[in-house]
Amino acid sequence: MTAGVFKTPVVVAQASAPPHPLLEFWSYFKANFGAVAGLVVIVVLVLLALFADFVAPHSPILTNNTAFLKPPVWQQGGSIAYPLGTDAIGRDILSRLIHGARLSLLIGIAVVTLSVISGTILGLVAGFFRGVIEIAIMRLMDITLTLPSLLLAIVIVAILGPGLMNAMLAVAVVLLPHYVRITRAAVISEVSKDYVTAAKVAGAGRLRLMFKEVLPNCAAPLIVQATLGISTAILDAAALGFLGLGAQPPLPEWGTMLADAREFVLRAWWVVTLPGLAILVTVLAFNLLGDGLRDALDPKLKR
Amino acid sequence: MLRFVLTRLSLVVPTFVGITLLVFVLIRLIPGDPIETMAGERGIDPTRLAQLRKDYGFDQPVLVQYGLYLSRLVHGDLGRSIVTHEPVISEFRTLFPATIELSVCAILFALCLGLPAGIIAAVRRNSIFDHGVMGISLTGYSMPIFWWGLLLILLFSVQLGWTPVSGRIAVQYFIEPVTGFLLIDALLAGDFGAFRSALSHLVLPMIVLGTVPLAVIARMTRSAMLEVLGEDYIRTARAKGLPRFRVIAIHALRNALIPVVTVIGLQVGVLFTGAILTETIFSWPGVGKWLIEAINRRDYPVLQGGTLLIGTIVMIVNLLVDVTYGLINPRIRYTR
Repeated sequence: MTAGVFKTPVVVAQASAPPHPLLEFWSYFKANFGAVAGLVVIVVLVLLALFADFVAPHSPILTNNTAFLKPPVWQQGGSIAYPLGTDAIGRDILSRLIHGARLSLLIGIAVVTLSVISGTILGLVAGFFRGVIEIAIMRLMDITLTLPSLLLAIVIVAILGPGLMNAMLAVAVVLLPHYVRITRAAVISEVSKDYVTAAKVAGAGRLRLMFKEVLPNCAAPLIVQATLGISTAILDAAALGFLGLGAQPPLPEWGTMLADAREFVLRAWWVVTLPGLAILVTVLAFNLLGDGLRDALDPKLKR
Repeated sequence: MLRFVLTRLSLVVPTFVGITLLVFVLIRLIPGDPIETMAGERGIDPTRLAQLRKDYGFDQPVLVQYGLYLSRLVHGDLGRSIVTHEPVISEFRTLFPATIELSVCAILFALCLGLPAGIIAAVRRNSIFDHGVMGISLTGYSMPIFWWGLLLILLFSVQLGWTPVSGRIAVQYFIEPVTGFLLIDALLAGDFGAFRSALSHLVLPMIVLGTVPLAVIARMTRSAMLEVLGEDYIRTARAKGLPRFRVIAIHALRNALIPVVTVIGLQVGVLFTGAILTETIFSWPGVGKWLIEAINRRDYPVLQGGTLLIGTIVMIVNLLVDVTYGLINPRIRYTR
């Protein structure tokens, strides 16, 4: 009898124990249809990118001078050898799109990684060492933010010279202020909290405070911003490619493909439509995922 | 209030100096001698090269060059284009109205669609309309607008033949520039054929440039409205028997507009980024296309001056938005 009375509250306590943070996150995340759809698209794109060499029917740069501007398979004159048609010098569009996925994902991830790492460090420094250092860093970021992003990227590419690497670097610089600002704001609000004081009293050094105590607690907004940053990076890099300042032909970058296709607007809709559709779908997927992550990670929105 | 404005102003000065320094240093870093680039493949004899380098001040130490640059700047001299030999500032002045005309129309287009869409989505939260608006606006936000422009050209200019492919007005019309805005100038001249031509040239670029702001405005209006509609005073207004329309359109909207106005103000930078791409696609003779051409021709003074002018304009607009926001919302004034 007493044992039974005793047992019940124990069971209740177990049931009300908070779920693992990851599980809790997942239960919020999977309720968001758009976010899950975005995730699925991204997984498919990643798989395509990883296995591009096996999936793509042709080489992305192999030209075929017997098949210029062939329409997709469902149109008259199309053939199953080139399911989405060919471009002006007889390259298979489908293969170029698949290899383009590899390039675009690589651009997005590399740019955001570079930007997040340097932005977080600058933001941590600005948040911890108030005063002149903070003012210097934040002013610099203000200047960067004042110039329209594409204009700044163009100026940087103009200095470094056109090319994929330089375009990526330019986009990373353009994205930088967002991460610096987010980290600094989060650091400032965290530093005054008790756990930081406790760690300080316990004798934690500055680096430990920065990276082990404060940074993990600033991670949520950074993760969200990084996901959204990938979509911006892909979009901006494609825009630079389109302007002839990013990836250079024959690289199958989607923006560069569009630039090549511009003059065929009148004759071949598929060379113009498909690369842009690929950009749109990818960017949309990352934006959906970012929105879903924000909703799932933002404690203010949790019931 | 004065203190608030002064604080904001004092923040602008270092930003402006920073922009001049940035632009100056960046352009100096561009590889290759500008005079030799100017001369092209024909080459240039050494004495003439030295003379030109002296004329343009390229033989001075970098710091002196920056000082000279600043002092010329103060006198409104942004240098001359290496290609056309026209002063940068006057080229900018002739081209800028085209960009403004396009941008203003794009923002108006975005407002006319975005505000009602956002309001209705908020009022009918979780309806099909709401989900539709949110889905479409996220798509618009993710749109590579250089592709969007090509698609619209493909559909409306090529397939349907409704609108011209590029430019600002058909060649047979000549309108004496008064304001620089073709729509207004055509009306002033009383030439309705020209007006219609200018309008039909404007429609597609306007839609393309307005797409991202439209998405942002719709989303922002919806979330601001949702927040306001949950307030007590809205319930009070409803409870005392005011018609639903009046509560939404007057009581709620007025407060919901504050963040929306800020967002519109802060779209200036985004608009300019869009203008570069839109003008390139539609051969719209504005400053965006001008800058891209300057890059391709390695016309440094144009790039330098144009970047500086645009940075300054964006900075001033942001300042105005900030100050206006402080005027409307006293809470902002007292933070920090």
